[in-house]
Amino acid sequence: MQNAALEYDYTVSKWFTYLAIIFGIVGMSIGVFIAFELAFPELNNLFGQYGTFSRLRPIHTNVVAFGFTLSGIFGTFYYVSQRVLKVSIAESKFVHGVGKLHFWLYLLLAAWLVVSELLGYTTSKEYAEMEWPLDLLTVVVWVLWGMAMFGLIGMRREKTLYISMWYYIATFLGVAMLYLFNNMEVPTYLVTGMGDWMKSVSMYSGTNDALVQWWYGHNAVAFVFTVPIIAIIYYYLPKESGQPVFSYKLSLLSFWGLMFVYLWAGGHHLIYSTVPDWMQTMGSIFSVILILPSWGSAINMLLTMKGEWNQLKESPLIKFMVLASTFYMLSTLEGPIQAIKSVNALAHFTDWIPGHVHDGTLGWVAFMIIASALHMAPRYYKREIYSRKLMEMQFWIQTTGIVLYFSSMWIAGITQGMMWRAVDQYGNLAYSFIDTVTVLHPYYTIRAIGGTLFVIGLFLWAYNFVKTMQSEKVLEKEPAFASPMGA
Amino acid sequence: MFHWLEKRPFFFSVGVFLVIAFAGLIEIVPDFAQASRPVAGTKPYTLLQIAGRQTYIKDSCNACHSQLIRPFKSETDRYGPYSLSGEYAYDRPFLWGSKRTGPDLHRVGEYRTTDWHENHMWEPTSVVPGSIMPAYKHMFHQNVDLETAYAEALTDKIVFNVPYDQPGMPKLGNSKEDFPAAQKMALEEAKKIAAEMKNQDVKDAVARGEIPEIVALIAYLNSLH
Repeated sequence: MQNAALEYDYTVSKWFTYLAIIFGIVGMSIGVFIAFELAFPELNNLFGQYGTFSRLRPIHTNVVAFGFTLSGIFGTFYYVSQRVLKVSIAESKFVHGVGKLHFWLYLLLAAWLVVSELLGYTTSKEYAEMEWPLDLLTVVVWVLWGMAMFGLIGMRREKTLYISMWYYIATFLGVAMLYLFNNMEVPTYLVTGMGDWMKSVSMYSGTNDALVQWWYGHNAVAFVFTVPIIAIIYYYLPKESGQPVFSYKLSLLSFWGLMFVYLWAGGHHLIYSTVPDWMQTMGSIFSVILILPSWGSAINMLLTMKGEWNQLKESPLIKFMVLASTFYMLSTLEGPIQAIKSVNALAHFTDWIPGHVHDGTLGWVAFMIIASALHMAPRYYKREIYSRKLMEMQFWIQTTGIVLYFSSMWIAGITQGMMWRAVDQYGNLAYSFIDTVTVLHPYYTIRAIGGTLFVIGLFLWAYNFVKTMQSEKVLEKEPAFASPMGA
Repeated sequence: MFHWLEKRPFFFSVGVFLVIAFAGLIEIVPDFAQASRPVAGTKPYTLLQIAGRQTYIKDSCNACHSQLIRPFKSETDRYGPYSLSGEYAYDRPFLWGSKRTGPDLHRVGEYRTTDWHENHMWEPTSVVPGSIMPAYKHMFHQNVDLETAYAEALTDKIVFNVPYDQPGMPKLGNSKEDFPAAQKMALEEAKKIAAEMKNQDVKDAVARGEIPEIVALIAYLNSLH
């Protein structure tokens, strides 16, 4: 046994982090553009059929969820796993090769996805829009990730898996199961020998299709926006703050509780639809129960800062992560509220739903990915972070953006939901549909401005990251805890 | 037990998988046969309607329009009778949507006409002042891919036993060789719609034997009852 510190190999981790920055900017800029389209519909005609809200919306969701977020997750995975397993990926040429192939095929898939969706190839199923050849490539990419993961686990020196690894493993398994079942489709060319080879029909029809889709759709949120992000915070917050995780037992309860409860909650997307009533009720109830494991993780993280709250003032990185867990608590309270039948009757189909999604994705997911990338930068390059001030600025600009986003969407959603059901003194509907659209103009404008602020923050993030790479000041050794940063 | 699992990645993974697979097993399996039975009067889509549905999907109309009327008075007053599970028996994929930036369309065929759709898709504000819907002018000069639509319908028939060619049901045929006949029928159907439209380019195209996307889309929208 050697006693020298391990030299980890961050090649693949870096590549994915660069991609996260690029996809974040691209995906969210498209988001801002389509947000402005809702406020100013003339914009829809700028790029012919390729620039309409409807064509771009799936591209926005896919690039952000599966481009930005997954890149961020993979970037942290190839960093965290080596460190908590006490093994360098470079120790095995094979596993390292698998990691690199994972990256390149993933990049190919992402490019293919954007082009095919621009051209109108979509299965229409939300967050599962990719047509069958892309689905097959997704399976390959996912299996490669699994091979890298279990390869590293097989080589590990530290026998006990750290909490973050539990969550990465669960992400791998959960997405694999959900994705396979929801994307069962029959390529029409293979059956009939004619027509477009990219097209397929869903294996399920009508209500069944809806049931499988939202079992998937909701849990794609679980296993892309929640589970792996918890993996990230369990590593980076204790590491950056130098504080041990508050409670092992709480992390156990939260992990196994989340695994069991989350999958039931998909039914809350189908309340008052034609799926059986008992499933809708199960969806409601389990969504409410979901508060327990969700808040368990969030509270565990917040209490990790116990006695060290001064760090919140001193370090913008800690700010990002603490606010992220707070947003996680907010959106995991909001979700269950929307899953209660009477609230759902009002909220479903309105802008309150995208509002809810965005306080989670911007406040929790994006903040954690931003913070983790900046925590890794000094370790990647052995240089201090370029600017604390810039990070502070980014934090406040983006936080303002998120608040504008969700508060305008809450108001818009509830306004519209109330107007849809309002009646006059004779019991007739009080508003025609278009009245409930034009009234939203100010909120759509505010939302688009909120989104713009967030994207401005991303540019600051990218700038700070690049300047860190190029900085003259070289660190003599890797920082143990708090990341060093320039003024 | 947990300490034991945390040192054994294989058993740990098996444990996680069992715990997450549980809900799906309980929720999805029991209902499958039940929900897919069509209600009386539900017919599969004609070839032209399938082509229109593909256009609807291609431009992600479902990003802003639902096709699910919930059982509330405010919804049945606005959109018609609430939706029944069996009405969707031939919908692959389902198109319920998750957001109503625009109104529900599940029964739009009951209260909108070919003429209305033509004006609306060309310039939404001409019929609905204040509308924020994009204009879909490209659908007027871009043709549908009828072969792909036929491939989809035929797959429905072969793989999923959708009752084409049965008494009272739309005609389709049994193989690639039957496509020309089906194409002819689709064209006849398209001509009827084009006759009610006023756009000269569309009329000319249909007269030449082409089917612009807008014609198929209107056929599909008119079929939604």
